[in-house]
Amino acid sequence: MNELKYFTPESIEEAVSLLSQYGEKSKIIAGGTDLLVQMRNKVVLPDFLISISGICDLEYIKYDEINGLRVGALTTIGSIESSSLIQSKFSILAQAASKLGTPAIRNRATIGGNLCNAAPSADIVPALMVLGARVKIVGVDGEKIISMEDLFTGPGQTVIKPGQMLTEIQISNLPPQSGGAYIEQTRRQGADLAIVGVAALVIMEGDILRDVKIALGAVAPTPIRAKKAEEILKGKKLDDRLLEESSQAASHESSPIDDTRSSADYRRKLVTALVKRAVRQAVEQV
Amino acid sequence: MRMLVLNVNGDKYELKAKVTATLAEVLREELGLTGTKVMCNEGECGACTVLINGRPVLSCMTLAIDAENKDILTIEGLADRATGNLHPIQKSFVENSGMQCGVCTPGMILTAKALLDENPAPTEDEVRDALSGNLCRCGNYRRITECVLEAAKMMRAGGRND
Repeated sequence: MNELKYFTPESIEEAVSLLSQYGEKSKIIAGGTDLLVQMRNKVVLPDFLISISGICDLEYIKYDEINGLRVGALTTIGSIESSSLIQSKFSILAQAASKLGTPAIRNRATIGGNLCNAAPSADIVPALMVLGARVKIVGVDGEKIISMEDLFTGPGQTVIKPGQMLTEIQISNLPPQSGGAYIEQTRRQGADLAIVGVAALVIMEGDILRDVKIALGAVAPTPIRAKKAEEILKGKKLDDRLLEESSQAASHESSPIDDTRSSADYRRKLVTALVKRAVRQAVEQV
Repeated sequence: MRMLVLNVNGDKYELKAKVTATLAEVLREELGLTGTKVMCNEGECGACTVLINGRPVLSCMTLAIDAENKDILTIEGLADRATGNLHPIQKSFVENSGMQCGVCTPGMILTAKALLDENPAPTEDEVRDALSGNLCRCGNYRRITECVLEAAKMMRAGGRND
């Protein structure tokens, strides 16, 4: 690695001003678990490294009955996984967090970094999508809040522009009678990227699926919602035929590639199997 | 280059390092603490695991600069300083043949220490989960798991010396 300039801003304002000053030549470093590998492999070669680890008010898990959950961008994946609050109120997020990397990686990797790295296979994204999460993006000219589904534009690509940073993840309270599940298929247990990841969230009214959200990871350039699959189930009573139809629809909505982890064909088949499993598990969680 | 102050195994070190130097590089090359191993150098294998404030992290993916003002524990700091007695986990690895080539061993032992400090009576599955990021290319997983479970027993019986 070449010698580069390293900054340690102590506030979001200071970080944003450095980011806008140095633009595309700068990179934010938090846990470093993705960035340092990319720098070593010369995929990313910043001239200015802006370490945000010293910004105390970026690391928090807050909750209240009205606003729901707020997670600071610097919160580690490990803290999310082990937060009793997230485990009890947004268990699908804790579940997805526990699938990321290895315990030692989860101790360093941050939720903001994981989102900004924009891997199509990121485990937490399908979970955040079905939870209807939003992210706060701050720049010198102010802040905006966008939906998780509008964050990604392609593999490794987000709508965040030079001079802006992601500071917070927001999730509203779920209605009662809701349940969620995140499941993934990997080549081996433990540290491995998902071949396919599926998140499902259901809101029940008696035995009717009042609302259903399904999101897929690792089967498109970005994680995606499977909205056609959701529509098939919405307002209906869960049965095998409907679930089969829905899972087939989800498979058609995916556009997977062949890579070292799996063939596209196998991924499409996995989507149908995992969607069925995830929806059933979500219903059991209610 | 930049001045750095690192607290490693209870000792304070002041040194100069590149801002991009990883903790693994500084430990091995500047401080001579070569007990920390580097294998994949990209976060896949866990050989470079050290404890920062008691939690396992990968020193190949942590900038030395980010480890300032934190307590770093490497394998060299695990045995009792005054007596030289090995930590129960180290003893268990020796007595129960926990290592073959030995490259994964420091990372395995430190990861196990963090687990046992938090959970003194883990199940076999919990041990396997905790060690899931530490690869042993000799394939000695069964014995390693047994060593950790055995060490947990020793520590519960009062053999703890940290």
